[in-house]
Amino acid sequence: MKIGYYPGCSLLGSSREFDESTRAVLAALGVELAEVSDWNCCGASSAHVLNHELSLALPARILALAEQAGITEILAPCAACSNRLLSAQQELAKHPEMIAEVEAAIGMPYKGTAKIVNILEVLDRLKDQIAAKTTKPFTKKVANYYGCLLVRPPRVVNFDRPEDPQSMDLMVKAVGATPVEWPFKTECCGAAFSVTRTDIVAKLSGKLVKDAVNRGAEVIVVACPMCHSNLDLRRNEINEYLGKKHGIPAMFITQVIGLALGLDPVTLGLQRHMVPVNV
Amino acid sequence: MSSGSHHPNLETLAGRIEAGTGVKLAHCYQCGKCAAGCPVGDEMDLPPCQVFRLLQLGFPELDEKVLRSEGIWLCLACETCSSRCPQEVEIPKVMDFIRGEALKRGIAHPKSKDILSFHRAFLDSIEYTGRLYEVGLVADYKMRSRHLLKDVMLAPKMYLKGKLGLFPHLIKNRSGMKTLFKRTVGKG
Repeated sequence: MKIGYYPGCSLLGSSREFDESTRAVLAALGVELAEVSDWNCCGASSAHVLNHELSLALPARILALAEQAGITEILAPCAACSNRLLSAQQELAKHPEMIAEVEAAIGMPYKGTAKIVNILEVLDRLKDQIAAKTTKPFTKKVANYYGCLLVRPPRVVNFDRPEDPQSMDLMVKAVGATPVEWPFKTECCGAAFSVTRTDIVAKLSGKLVKDAVNRGAEVIVVACPMCHSNLDLRRNEINEYLGKKHGIPAMFITQVIGLALGLDPVTLGLQRHMVPVNV
Repeated sequence: MSSGSHHPNLETLAGRIEAGTGVKLAHCYQCGKCAAGCPVGDEMDLPPCQVFRLLQLGFPELDEKVLRSEGIWLCLACETCSSRCPQEVEIPKVMDFIRGEALKRGIAHPKSKDILSFHRAFLDSIEYTGRLYEVGLVADYKMRSRHLLKDVMLAPKMYLKGKLGLFPHLIKNRSGMKTLFKRTVGKG
């Protein structure tokens, strides 16, 4: 299987381990990644706040570059990136009269034909292989944290269930983990307020860390760099808010699967977390 | 959302919201589900349903009350409200629109300053390099917001974990990015 790849900015910096573990796991499963060349930022949580046209043009440039390279399907592991790509693609499909202006801005023809997929969709296709190649079952109790952007808004992402999604639960079960039942699967972590309103992040992320621990989870599993950095980089603030030291690590789904496949923890970037992973 | 033969009245804020976002304010029947599920609802001076109610009434002084509120800057665009809304009203789109309106009129809540500084620093980074340069973003944000000491302890730890690049990733077609910004933000 060969698939287009849009890592996005977080995966080059603060969430390098998501890129490393995605590449390692997909390589182990025989998937070849074709990175979109000269890709730009999707605009993430900032462009739409300040300029609507910009929030369409930035993703459109990425999709147009992929089209030029003959890529028909793009994996965007970052939940914010895949959400922005899908939103822009759908809005332009609904309003074809805007395409000429977008093409002028990006200096390229735009068709919007490439299919955008998230990491869970790709892993789901490979689940038989994952189960067959699991050599070190991940026998932990885990809280699967989907966050906002993978499942909402449902009319845009059209993926899993918006209130009680199951895809990550089924995936971790396939590698030997036991998911806990908890109500915080899709609650917001505070997202892009990490720098500007850290107090809000500490409160929102704090509530979900506390509940995960109370339900006996040993690991919080995520598929979004923003969720991960709030749960990991902001753990001191979270613990301060909760008045208690919680050492439960947050791991990317690709790291969990990588360990189960017997891949080396350093290749999966486990040493990069602020909250140490002792699994 | 098709507007059929109906044309929004661009003299009113409600009409401009409809023209700009496709959202008809009248679709909201005040069930309050948006406010109930909003993760920052308890931090907002006006929760989403009240924002909608005030805008529905169509009085300029009530429009202004909304545009001056702090709450509209706290919306995280988590889309919990729009996913649960029985009328499928796209509330975060309206939040984006009215924040823009508040800025245009120069009446944005003073507490929006830091949040805006962050978004502007973010977009500047993309405009010049094509990709977000996190170190540059944080440095630029500190200068703009004057929160110079915020997170100074976090950076060295992140660097040791290999999470901070010392140099930005430059894309090749940077002049293309300039054009892209000029033809979108530059029109503003």
